This record gives sequence, C-alpha cells and structure tokens, in this order.
Amino acid sequence: MATVTTPRRAPGGAGVMPDTPGWARWANDHRKWLFAAPAMAFVAALIVIPLGWTAWLSLTDAEGSVRAESEFVGFRNYLDVLSDTDRFWPAVGRTAAFTVVALLFEVVLGMAVALLLWRPFKGQKWVRVAILMPLVATPVAVGMMWRLIFDPNIGLANQVLGWVGIGPQPWLAGQHSALPTTIFIDVWQWTPMVVLILLAGLTSLSEEPQEAARIDGASSWQRFRHVTLPLVMPTVIVAILLRGIDALKTFDILYATKGRGGGSFHEVETLNVYAYGLSFDYNEYGVSSTVLILFFLIIIGSMWALTARRKEAKR
Amino acid sequence: MKASPAYRVFRVVALVVVVLSLVTPLLWMIAASFKTNVDIYDTGKALVFSPTLDNYATVLKQSHYVSFIGNSLWVAFAATVLSLILGVPAAYSMSRFNMKKSALVVLMARVIPGVSLLVPWYYVFSNLQLVGGFTVLILSHMFVSLPLIVYIMMGFFDGLPEELEEAALVDGLTHIGAFRRITLPLSVPGIATAGILSFIFSWNNFMFALVLSGADTKTLPVAIFDFVGYASIDWGGLMAAATVVTLPIMVIALFVQKYVVSGLTAGATKG
Repeated sequence: MATVTTPRRAPGGAGVMPDTPGWARWANDHRKWLFAAPAMAFVAALIVIPLGWTAWLSLTDAEGSVRAESEFVGFRNYLDVLSDTDRFWPAVGRTAAFTVVALLFEVVLGMAVALLLWRPFKGQKWVRVAILMPLVATPVAVGMMWRLIFDPNIGLANQVLGWVGIGPQPWLAGQHSALPTTIFIDVWQWTPMVVLILLAGLTSLSEEPQEAARIDGASSWQRFRHVTLPLVMPTVIVAILLRGIDALKTFDILYATKGRGGGSFHEVETLNVYAYGLSFDYNEYGVSSTVLILFFLIIIGSMWALTARRKEAKR
Repeated sequence: MKASPAYRVFRVVALVVVVLSLVTPLLWMIAASFKTNVDIYDTGKALVFSPTLDNYATVLKQSHYVSFIGNSLWVAFAATVLSLILGVPAAYSMSRFNMKKSALVVLMARVIPGVSLLVPWYYVFSNLQLVGGFTVLILSHMFVSLPLIVYIMMGFFDGLPEELEEAALVDGLTHIGAFRRITLPLSVPGIATAGILSFIFSWNNFMFALVLSGADTKTLPVAIFDFVGYASIDWGGLMAAATVVTLPIMVIALFVQKYVVSGLTAGATKG
C-alpha cells in the first residue's frame, strides 16, 4: 500500500530506471495516447468517417448499385423526405408512439418491481434470475416466440383470453393492434433492464431520510412520493435515457414479427425499419441517408433534452 | 422494521405474477420446440403432450445449423477479444487522464443507429469484395462491443485507487509496467463483466449480420429466418431454432449473473 511519504515524480518519470531502453521511456511518456489511440482510430475509421459519408450521401441521388455514379443534389432529398406524409411522417409518429408508450410502461412497471425487490427476502435470488432471462434472450428469438404465442388461431394468448370469456384478438396480424402488440413485447423484454438499474439506484440510497420520514409518521406512499422518488430521480432519468435510446432504435423484434417494411400496411414501420428498407430492400441510398440523418438528429435532440432534465433533477 | 402481514402477502402474490409473466413465454417456446406441429396446432395439448426431438433433428440436420452455431461463436468471441484489446487500455487512459471528450466520442457509438453506418460500410466493403466474409462481420460487431467495454471499464478504473499504482512506481516499475502487473490483474472482475456483456450483445446482434453475412458466414439470429416461409411457418422447427439461439445464452447468464447485472447497471448510479 502507498504511504503518505510517497516521493513525487522525479523529472524523467518516477520509477523509470536508468537502464530503461529508449523506446520504453518513449512509450512510458506517451502512454496516454498510446493506450487511447488504437480505439480512437477504430472509432474514427468505422464510425465518424462513415457517419460523415452518410451525411454526404444524403445530399446525393445515390441509388441502385453501390458502384453507380451519383450526383450532388443539395437539399432536395431533405425537402422530399420532409414533405413525405405517406411513409416518413407516419414512421416518425410510430417511432415516437412506440418509444413513449413503451418507456412509460417500462418505467412505471420497472419502479413497481424494483420497490418489491428493494428489501431482501427469502428466494430473492430466484426472482432476480427470472428477471434476467428476458434481458439476455436473443431479441429475434423473442420475436419468434411471441409470434407463436400471439398467433390468432393456435396461440396461447387467445386461448387464455378464451378462458376468461374474451373473444380472439388479431394481435400482430391486425392493422391497428400490431404496433401495441410489439410495444407489449418490448415492455416484456426490457422492463427487467429498468428494474435492474432502478434497483441499483435504490440500493445506493442511504437509510436515514427513510428513517426520519417514518419517525415523522409519513405513510408508505408519502415516503415514496416525497423521499424515495426525489432521491432516486437521477437514476430514473439514466434508465429513461439508456432505454429510450434503444427503444428509438428498435429493429429486431419489429423485423422478426412483421418482416420487411413493418408489415403489408407498414403497421410497425418505425424510422429505423423505414431507413433499413430504403437502404437494403430498395437501394435508395441517398434518400435513406437523409432519413437516417434526420433520425440521428431526433435521437440527439431527445437525449439533449433528457440530460438537461437530469442536471435539473440533481440540483 | 417488519412489514405488515397484509403487505407481505401482497408482495408474495405480486412477485409470483412477475416471475410467471417473465418465465412462462420462454417455457412455452421451449415446450413448443419439443412438440410435433400437430400438437402445436392442437390447443388441447398445450401442457400434456408426448415430447419429440424431431424438431431439433430437423434444425441440426437440414440447415447447416451446426456451422451457424460455430459462426456465431466465432464472431462473438473475436469481436469481444479484439474490443477488449483496444478498449481496456483506452478506458484506462480515459479514466486516468480524464479524457472526457475522447470518451464522449466513443460513447456516441451507443447512440448512433446502426443502419446509418451500414450504408457506408456496405459501400466500402462491397467494393473491397469483403461483404459476406468474417472480417466485416467481426468489425461491425466491434461497433457494439467496443463502446460497451470502454463504458464499463472506465467506470471500473474510476473506482480503482491510484495509490496502488503509485506504490508500484516507487518500487521501480514504469507506468506501463504498473498497468500491466498491478492494474490489469486487479481488473479481472471488470474485464470479465465487460467481456461477458460484449459476448452476449454480439451473439444476440441481428441487423449487422442480416446485411453483411453471406451464406457461409450466417449467424444464428439470421439463420432463424430459414424457418419462416412465405406461405407457412414450420412452428416446431422455428421454436427449436429459437431455443438453440437463446437457451445457451440464458444458461451462461444464470452462472455469471453477478457480472451480467453489474455490467448492465454500470454507471447508472453515479455521475
């Protein structure tokens, strides 16, 4: 262990022996960037430059083959996309609806389950295992699993409804019920994520404010509303941030349950599904890049708004 | 303080409901994978049926599924190891030298929609004749793994006292030597957490393989779609294929639960 009498760095670097070879000295002095540079180079080559390229493509009429010539068309794609009330704006609406509704359920249910698990009890370990399972399950497989359960004819869901006297529902097959059903699947798979994050937040809270409120005679709802919730709010916002980013980008379960284009009526076509279809089903690279850049701006905008909220909550 | 009896009853009931609603669908999938298609269609045989391994035989024999298992393992393993090699030292530098801007750039990768990179990647890699090969697939999965690993390891290094390294410097080690001989061995739990999560996310990844894999390099999440036809679905085969993808990862998660949870919640309660 270090002691208080640790000598400060001598010039040339503490610990560098006189017989240290030159290259090792150099490496030692430049370790900051020696360590960080390979990862940064990877990020620059595979993420920053491609993203810049996407931005460039969005200003061209690139389509068809990746070897085809393309021409600069300025902001024409942006005007086309932003005035497209047929596919683009409905996709924006679905993305927003999917994200907001899924997040709402996930945070409320997640908080409820986290509070149930907060105080230790016998068998808690097994409940935690159950919570972990949907989280680590492969999303595509989860989509297929729910496809069977929600099958209008042979699925478990309609069978269970039958027991309580409710008629069969179309679920994923219905034009209006498909999006809510995919939201349900997202809530099933990702509420556990919110539970784990909130549980980590709750566990890190100190006991004293709770104790004080109890002595003052606060009811359990009052304690939650006025003591626990404000204290855990920063963690709630982290959960919303992390889940929100992924919910906006949901692709796997939508593609697994409804296939290309979000179904025959584009029932579940969100921005991500729309951009994917434009790129790889129709090879409309220019237009798809435009949609992607707009999508990216939407994500950054919502993140920025949430982070601002978080700073407020921490105050 | 003891909870009231009424609350304790309520809590038990609520927890049973939670556990059942999370686990039943998964068990239903696994059960269906052991049913014949006739039994799957017969709602009367929901719970009582004579199990069969036919679906697994179909999956393993007909569709090169075994080699797809190998592909998934190889891609997830390679992407994880390479990301650890790049990511752990980078996270160390970013944590010790407080490189906030560089960290932000790496973490932006968690925010960017994957499709927006797939288009330029597809342009470059198809011109290089690399689409369909493992190289591109592994690189694309590193896009998911690297930021995840940097994020988890930065949090880990932030919590590792610097005094230990300073003591090693006094004992004559160089900074890099101290990192190698003191910090790295102490970081094994963090590296395990980051590695396991990276493996799971890569194994589960679907979109990159959908575009970038070829017939020989297909990973399991893409191969599942072989059981979905235009006209009809082979439900038994589909559920067996889904189980083959999902069950191993769930079993692994069961054994390394602690690491998975700490990785998923990394950084959630600080900053």
